[in-house]
Amino acid sequence: MGTGTELGRVRGLGSAKAGAHHWWLQRLTALGNLLLTLWLVISLLILPSFDYDVVHAWVASPINTVLLALLIINVCWHFRLGLQVVIEDYVHGASRLLVLGLLHIWTFGTGGFALYALLKIAFTGSAH
Amino acid sequence: MAQSGMTKARPRPLSPHLGIYRWGPHMMVSILNRMMGVGLATLGMALFTMGLMALALGPDAWAHFIGVMRAPVFLWLGRMLGMGLTFALFLHMLAGIRHFVMDIGAGFELKSNRTSAILTLLGAAALTLIVWAIILLGRR
Repeated sequence: MGTGTELGRVRGLGSAKAGAHHWWLQRLTALGNLLLTLWLVISLLILPSFDYDVVHAWVASPINTVLLALLIINVCWHFRLGLQVVIEDYVHGASRLLVLGLLHIWTFGTGGFALYALLKIAFTGSAH
Repeated sequence: MAQSGMTKARPRPLSPHLGIYRWGPHMMVSILNRMMGVGLATLGMALFTMGLMALALGPDAWAHFIGVMRAPVFLWLGRMLGMGLTFALFLHMLAGIRHFVMDIGAGFELKSNRTSAILTLLGAAALTLIVWAIILLGRR
């Protein structure tokens, strides 16, 4: 840059018409999180105990497995969007790229481990 | 940034920011919502994943995980962590609901905005107390 008139330099640098997309996905995943985490908290509280057999059987029942998988995906999606905004607000320069990369790895890393553990519980039966 | 050699750069007027305003509950909820979100995404997600992993690994790993969470070490560190994350979850949840209302353009009047901010804080504290009363009184 540095050549041309001031008007010429800004032409074509306007809105990409996608400004609300990130924000909107954050709201949709927020709604999913609201329903799914409320379900999780209430479900865990009404379990008779936190013993292995009780919790394992609860996680392994089909509807709970599916809802937990949706919860993991939805939570990861939501915090991937949310922490991106936080990072973009407070981290500047080259380190921003690094931190955004770490966020990406954290999201898919924890999400991957959590989903693996969930599927193992659901499909391999109790370890007794 | 003005790059032309003709005009000399002079300091641009700044809009008022955090340092200017008197601190209030709405600012408290706003920054807490952010901090709790970061806490849930890091500590919360780590603990959730570890718990699920322990459950997948078998009865011994699960007993170890629960044992560590219940251990009376460092001022009940495990339970303090659990309570902190419970508060974080409910604060983020209630602040999120408050944002849904503000997203449709409601609740910006000074008084109702202040009231909803205070209710968010009190509600998160109350729900945390209820959940942990159920956990601790149920000897879990």
